[in-house]
Amino acid sequence: MAKTKKSKFGQDNLAGLLMSLPGLILLTLFVIVPFVTAIYLSFFNVDFNMVEGPQFWGLEQYRRILVDPITSPVFYKALMNNLTFALIVVPAQTGLAVLLAVMLNTKLKGIAFFRTFFFMPVVFPMSLVAIIWALMFSRDSLGMLNGLLNLFSFGYIQPIDWLGDPNIALLSIALLSVWAGVGFQMVIVLAGLQEIPVELYEAASLDRANRWQRFWNVTIPGLRNTLIFVVIITTIFSLRLFDQVFILTKGGPIDATQTVMFQAVTSAFVEGNVGRASAITVIFVLIIIAITLLQRLVLRQNREVK
Amino acid sequence: MSISTEAAKKEVMRRIRRSRSPKKVIKTFFHYVFLTAVTAIFFAPIAYMLIGSFKPTAEVLDGINGFVPKNLSFNNYLQVFATFNDESMGFLWRFYANSILVSFVIVFGGLIVNSMIAYALARLRWRGRDAIQVMVILLVILPFEAIAIPLFFLLRDYRNTYFVQFLPFIASAFSIYLFYTFFIGLPLEIQESARLDGASPWRIFRAIIIPMSKPVFASVTILSFLGAWSSFLFPLMMVDNPLYVPLPLEIQVYFSQPPTDWGPIFAFGVILVLPVLAVFLLFQRWFIQSVAASAIKG
Repeated sequence: MAKTKKSKFGQDNLAGLLMSLPGLILLTLFVIVPFVTAIYLSFFNVDFNMVEGPQFWGLEQYRRILVDPITSPVFYKALMNNLTFALIVVPAQTGLAVLLAVMLNTKLKGIAFFRTFFFMPVVFPMSLVAIIWALMFSRDSLGMLNGLLNLFSFGYIQPIDWLGDPNIALLSIALLSVWAGVGFQMVIVLAGLQEIPVELYEAASLDRANRWQRFWNVTIPGLRNTLIFVVIITTIFSLRLFDQVFILTKGGPIDATQTVMFQAVTSAFVEGNVGRASAITVIFVLIIIAITLLQRLVLRQNREVK
Repeated sequence: MSISTEAAKKEVMRRIRRSRSPKKVIKTFFHYVFLTAVTAIFFAPIAYMLIGSFKPTAEVLDGINGFVPKNLSFNNYLQVFATFNDESMGFLWRFYANSILVSFVIVFGGLIVNSMIAYALARLRWRGRDAIQVMVILLVILPFEAIAIPLFFLLRDYRNTYFVQFLPFIASAFSIYLFYTFFIGLPLEIQESARLDGASPWRIFRAIIIPMSKPVFASVTILSFLGAWSSFLFPLMMVDNPLYVPLPLEIQVYFSQPPTDWGPIFAFGVILVLPVLAVFLLFQRWFIQSVAASAIKG
């Protein structure tokens, strides 16, 4: 058996290569080459506005982004904003997704009808979501959210400058991002819920576990792998944050909503500073790789515990 | 515990669950009330857009009165049609055509390219396969944002074209991965016997694998369509000629041109999302299954 397998290896050399070729060429041209280019450019001073060609700069771009006391604070501010955003969005969105999924995971008539509404924003492009919320966030008393707050607090809460107050702007961006993304994760959690064997719930009921105990002792452990996945993709999504910020706040007020991607794009696109933008891209990828490795580590430990 | 007592207990539990006591009816009623309330809050922004698109701009931005359907008309829609009807502003139908064309090529090209390489990686034996498998898995974690800047730099001479909008997005490591995991799970027997009968890999792929793989083709279609249709960052950098601008970028352009005319902007939003929403409502089950299938667990 082993011998036939070995002799078979290589029998599809031509077909295998030909079938892979279109994909390989496209991935190389549009993923690998650009990424290698980013690494290469990050060692140069390349500027669209410069008359002379690129100058080799060694690690100068990285020094300016990470060490220089004048130019590095804005990058760390952006990175901190991404992390703060993740710290708000990951628990809020995951928690809400689980609550919605549990709420919708019943055999009640018409439950699919309700599910539709929560999933709907998934087909809305982020630019449209941001624009709808731009109006919800209108800062004077005519804004929708301010109107609602005013109504429910009987006029006690004064109008909030949702996108103009540096202490609130990032929170507002987080709010609309959760709204836009929670349906996607709810569906993933719903699929995870359906994989939990009904017998576990019945056993828990026989042991007189109440609803709350069943949730913590059956549902949450049963969802563990799903939740790890959801947390990882939401974290990476938080690092990629760009569209909403670009449309609503342009990084302001006073850098309160600066993000890593926003800096990379404005460096390249507005300032023409491709060297700096490339270096930020490389750092961005390193962070993503670090998070992914961390995920692998956590998963492996979980398996060993099992 | 013996099996029979276990089964008996299950039967009891089932009867308890089925019984329709008054308490149960009230509970169900409150469940519906709660569901309706949460859904209404969640749906509010979309309802706001929908109602606002029919109202005069001055009445859209008016606190919670924005929800009150008063003085409704199609004026905003007519204004959108009138605004986007020349070379300098672009044509509404053309934004649509741009988005549809680009998404179609990405989705359709992607189905062919990605399923083929996934099949070669999953089922064929050829030199170099293992290395390419590793490469694809490494590329799955790389989000588009990681290559957006250098891609912009490399392709800056080809701005305002169609091909620059779709060509970089056809091959997708994530789609390859979805196909790969599905193909690996297909039973081997039929493929092996077809092979013994002398069928070529191409024939097996066309005649056996593709017909068995409709669910994964549907998933990849929907997921890559959602990504392509919403694409914003790359068009933002690569396209500023209104003849090539896709819908999600155009609504941002429209929004950022003062004065901000809320009625027509919402009308534009409704026009933008309505067809996709209709497709979503028709094929909802497929959408939900695709998203559920996108979860790679550990």
